[in-house]
Amino acid sequence: MTFALFDDRGTPLERQRFTWRELAGKPISKLDDDAFTRVRVILMHGIESEAVRFQHAAARMNGELRLPLAQVRRVEHHQQTLVNWLLGADHSPLETTIGYEQVAIEITAALAQQEPDPYLAQTYRYGLLEDFDHMYRYAALLDRIEGKDANNILQSYTDVAPGRPTVVEHRSPENDLRRPFDRRTAAPITKLNAMTLVAAEHQTHDYYMHVGPLFADPVARQLYAEIASIEEQHVTQYESLLDPTQTLLEQWLLHEANETYNYYSCVQAETNPRIKALWERMLDYELGHLHLVSELFKQYERRDPVEIVGERLPEPFPFESQREFVRETLANEVDLRASGPDYVSLEEEPQSSIDYRNQLNSEGSPSEIVSEGYVWRPGTELTRKIVNL
Amino acid sequence: MRDSIDSTRLGTNRTGMQMAPQQAKEMLDNTELDVEGADIDTNGQGIAEMRADYIREADPLGSVPPPGTMKGAVKSGIKMMKGRRPQAFIDKLGERLAYERGGTRLYDAAIVKFTTFASELPDVDVAELVQIREQEAEHALMLIECIEQLGADPTAQTPCADLVGVQTMGFLQAVADPRTDLAQTLNVLLSAELVDEAGWEILIALAESMGQSSMAARFREAEQQEQEHVFKVRGWYEAVTIEAGKLV
Ligand SMILES: [Fe+2]
Ligand SMILES: [Fe+2]
Ligand SMILES: [Fe+2]
Ligand SMILES: [Fe+2]
Ligand SMILES: [Fe+2]
Repeated sequence: MTFALFDDRGTPLERQRFTWRELAGKPISKLDDDAFTRVRVILMHGIESEAVRFQHAAARMNGELRLPLAQVRRVEHHQQTLVNWLLGADHSPLETTIGYEQVAIEITAALAQQEPDPYLAQTYRYGLLEDFDHMYRYAALLDRIEGKDANNILQSYTDVAPGRPTVVEHRSPENDLRRPFDRRTAAPITKLNAMTLVAAEHQTHDYYMHVGPLFADPVARQLYAEIASIEEQHVTQYESLLDPTQTLLEQWLLHEANETYNYYSCVQAETNPRIKALWERMLDYELGHLHLVSELFKQYERRDPVEIVGERLPEPFPFESQREFVRETLANEVDLRASGPDYVSLEEEPQSSIDYRNQLNSEGSPSEIVSEGYVWRPGTELTRKIVNL
Repeated sequence: MRDSIDSTRLGTNRTGMQMAPQQAKEMLDNTELDVEGADIDTNGQGIAEMRADYIREADPLGSVPPPGTMKGAVKSGIKMMKGRRPQAFIDKLGERLAYERGGTRLYDAAIVKFTTFASELPDVDVAELVQIREQEAEHALMLIECIEQLGADPTAQTPCADLVGVQTMGFLQAVADPRTDLAQTLNVLLSAELVDEAGWEILIALAESMGQSSMAARFREAEQQEQEHVFKVRGWYEAVTIEAGKLV
């Protein structure tokens, strides 16, 4: 039996409080904590930043809801802070980037397998192979400019190998738009999965946009510019899966349900007891949000929130290596391309995307240059010569 | 175990291949990949070319501001540099000033760490650390006087001063991190002091070549102190490191 959404009202909003000391608490250990603890930290930061982003957008379009939005959003902001500050300063921005792509790979792969709608599942597998390639390019960058092994971050859970080459991921915008789910017929899990990926990709985009200019090396500056552009495409892609006819309150309700679902999944999987307690506390906060928004939903829409989010959460999604699924997807689908909302073979790719990327790549391709001949090895590619002696 | 050497404890460091033998074996499949160009020894050639391209096209970090005041004493100071480029000197003075100010703050962060573990410190004298900190601050003040003597602006950030910030960012991060222990902190201080000492040596040579022998004399005094800093910090670092290697 999974988690019942409406049995427990969670922590009431007025009791959802923080101190600066709590917000800037002890970070996790980059060296000793499990890589999936970092995956959860990065993912939940993405979920919280999406909560803030969505609630701001909603406030711009609705006067009556501005006050409750401001009240809930203040908590979302502090949750975002508490979670993001769990990352220690011994991560270089590039090492954190490896963590971000690990999130993109492992979470997208997990959600693709639990997604009941075949078209959305296909879309996730499509995006997966692109983030998988980003990992390979960034690992090459980390090795070649900082002399570090990406596997120190990945802890052998995630492969480092080429996917759909980043150089060909650049598409003309109409080929990034997908067909949305139907709000009336889609299962709650379908809605939640799509929102999780929008959140994860959006924060990845924002992160690359922030850290890209921190690098002195032109190679890094170019690669971040290139991959940030793909993350913008990914946001466009996943966002277009959301049914645009959902009402504002319906979307808010789903956001709170999704935060609840994500924290619930984190609680199930967390191995660090201190962090697990944090996830439990945040889960209770989100239940508080969900109940508050449920009341607003009943008041303004005169509908039952259960119709939208169901009575119980879906099964928690797993935080574990999806290596086999990723390898299989790579073997079968790496040559797929997008034509409008459809997936087609290599030869059928629209000329508009080819023209678009030929222009962008016309002064050289950063992702190709940085990874030219790169093969990941334990302890960086510099160990190769020793082995071959 | 003393908290101050806690970072050498054994634990579940998960970063290496040996911590997860089965997963590690699967990772190794990636080393067998048939990546185009992998067997050619051109690795990183494209990176070198891109870097070279940008190097050729780059603008400098910025410029040295021209001296603003040209009072009598200043004029004679500048005159002594006839046939030389005073801005090169001003830039380096700005660099040392930035380094000494940053160094003072680096010690501020380090000293808290040492006073926190004061009871565990047979080897390090906190009063001496405080003295080093004071000397770094005095060096900064002395440099301000020298820059003013040349009619230059000690409040301006010169290009080399700017680069000090980039160069020492890691020092500050490493020392200010509450998780780093005393030996780790001392290691950073030693790196900082070695560069500090060399920086003064070069500044003395530059001052001489600019005909600024009275400034060079003042710099020599500072450099004497810097030598002591290196000596002391190296001694503490060595003692604490060896201590951490002993069975408790
Ligand atoms: Fe939240
Ligand atoms: Fe990515
Ligand atoms: Fe992505
Ligand atoms: Fe929330
Ligand atoms: Fe010094």
